[in-house]
Amino acid sequence: MRDFKRISVRRMTKRFGDKTAVDDFSIEFGKEEFVTFLGPSGCGKSTALNCITGLIPITSGEIYIDDECIDDAKTSVPPEKREFGMVFQNYALFPHLTVKENVAFGLKLRKLPKTEVEKRVDDALRLVHLEGYATKFPSQMSGGEQQRVAIARCIVLEPRLLLLDEPLSNLDAKLRVELRYELKALHERLKVTTIYVTHDQAEALALSDRIVVLKLGRIQQVGSPQTVFTKPANPFVADFVGYKNAWKGKIEVLKENGGTLGASVRTKGALIETKLSYPEGDPRRDAIIAAYKSGGSVTTAIRPEDIAVIGQGEGAARGEGNVIRCVADLVEYQGHANSISACIKGCEGERVDLHSASDIAFGEAFEACVDPEKVLVFAMPEASPARSAP
Amino acid sequence: MKGRSRNGALLLLIPAIVFLVLLFIYPFGYGLYTSLTKADGSFTFANYIRFFTNERDLRTIGVTLGIAVPVTLLAVGIAVPLCYHMRRGVPGEKIISFFFIVPVTLGTVLISEGMLTFMGPNGWLNQLIMALHLAQKPVQFTHNYAGVAISVGLQGFPYAFLMLLGYISGINPDLEKASQMLGANKWQTFWKVLFPLMVPGIAISFCLNFVMAFSVYPSAVLLGQPSGPQRVIALAAYQWAFEKFNFNAASAISMIMAAIELLVIAVVLAWRSKLYKGASIVGKG
Repeated sequence: MRDFKRISVRRMTKRFGDKTAVDDFSIEFGKEEFVTFLGPSGCGKSTALNCITGLIPITSGEIYIDDECIDDAKTSVPPEKREFGMVFQNYALFPHLTVKENVAFGLKLRKLPKTEVEKRVDDALRLVHLEGYATKFPSQMSGGEQQRVAIARCIVLEPRLLLLDEPLSNLDAKLRVELRYELKALHERLKVTTIYVTHDQAEALALSDRIVVLKLGRIQQVGSPQTVFTKPANPFVADFVGYKNAWKGKIEVLKENGGTLGASVRTKGALIETKLSYPEGDPRRDAIIAAYKSGGSVTTAIRPEDIAVIGQGEGAARGEGNVIRCVADLVEYQGHANSISACIKGCEGERVDLHSASDIAFGEAFEACVDPEKVLVFAMPEASPARSAP
Repeated sequence: MKGRSRNGALLLLIPAIVFLVLLFIYPFGYGLYTSLTKADGSFTFANYIRFFTNERDLRTIGVTLGIAVPVTLLAVGIAVPLCYHMRRGVPGEKIISFFFIVPVTLGTVLISEGMLTFMGPNGWLNQLIMALHLAQKPVQFTHNYAGVAISVGLQGFPYAFLMLLGYISGINPDLEKASQMLGANKWQTFWKVLFPLMVPGIAISFCLNFVMAFSVYPSAVLLGQPSGPQRVIALAAYQWAFEKFNFNAASAISMIMAAIELLVIAVVLAWRSKLYKGASIVGKG
């Protein structure tokens, strides 16, 4: 493998006709890093990946490996010369070749001596726990086994960059988790620089050093799993990482208290008191102060598991703040808790989603409350496409 | 309940079986019987011996193979790269396909008649060639080997094209990407991935084309020299049957035709299974 320090993608854009699939996409990967592109289907994450491999020509922008430009939209190094490896959602094993021949495919193209090919294939198969499968054909194997072969086929070449395009999406739930552990272990061991594409936030959180959240071809946020999970940059990211309760409202009172902001947000369903730990200089803090001053609308974001059911009458004792009065109209038992979807009393169309161990029956009226520290507030209306600096 | 529905399903086979028996097994059996008897119905190998000892008849095998094999190879050989380029669709694909398919619908006679005038010594093609000074005198495309070969090729090519196009566009496009990512260029990807996966399709379309070309008859009569160099085996069978009224001899020739066709198919399928293992078209999972 040719050594390198960084791979940088600069202002990469891909248009198909009028449609912009990847828009002004800039990111740097350090060597040995595991980066995930996370987003819903159609957000351009797979296109971005294919652009980086060179399989899809880019419309504009540049890709560099250290100082070597491998693509500037006019001239590009073809995919087969980039020394990248790619794992596909549907495995894409060569059905006419055995496992061994599949793994040896790239090595043979490099005209390596036969003994070395043998040795490296054996090592790679051992690494993915497929010793003894060498003479099988892909059609004789399960999906999980096939995907291991696909991984072995890439890592045997010691690629500079390993790209995985939703590699676990075709597997059943149990296998998916198993193979996820293995991918993690493999990365710990081999330290191959990796880009991983998924729509599954659990996979992204579990595997990544950094997560890139995408929407409509644009980067919404780049950060560590912890940052993306606890400090989403905008309502879209918040919704995607599980802040399901997004209510629009206006800030009635704003108290600045050192590092925290105490905003009282009047939404249709309830008055939400918040304690936002947005430090001085955080753009979100400035945006909220501006929204308060201009009377602009804001969006609250709360996770279902942060809303608790409280006893009858307890709400009255607490006063108005952060108490939501609602009627359950969907209760799903999910083992560790009930997933409850309820409509807020007196507000047509406003809903609350929460997880609670309490037994709430269908149609039952109850009160719920949320800790002010668990509420996020974003100063932009939900509808406008958010664009934030990474 | 389950048993009944299965019996019901078996009943659905009856039309197919009746069809097969009436239109294939019975005529074939009758032909075999006729070829092994004399006119009075007594058993004999004479019909076969006569064919193999008659130099004029025997050479029809070589003549027909000489047309069928190169023409089929050429048709498949052109169809493979063409389908490769059209595998993801090209602009104007419908029109291109239309012109490839039209010869199938027109029938041999119309094509042959058309070729006689179009490619004849005073036809447009030769006028064009002369006008462009590509040749001093008209090039002979009719009443010779070239005429028969072109006509047979035009007939067979659409089948090869359509079949292979279906085959190659059914190959998972990710396989090509995977091959490229592993370091293969387009050429290597074609020979190491796509071609092996196309082999079953190539084999089948070769067999179909060959069988059609081997039983060539109208093209040879209209565009060749049916009494001499293009006296094909089907013509020999026809002459025995309807000029000499010896159906037993004609049947023997048909049986020999069938045997040669089966032999070639066996060789092609053996080549296929040597080259190809595993499943061809991979979907997901």
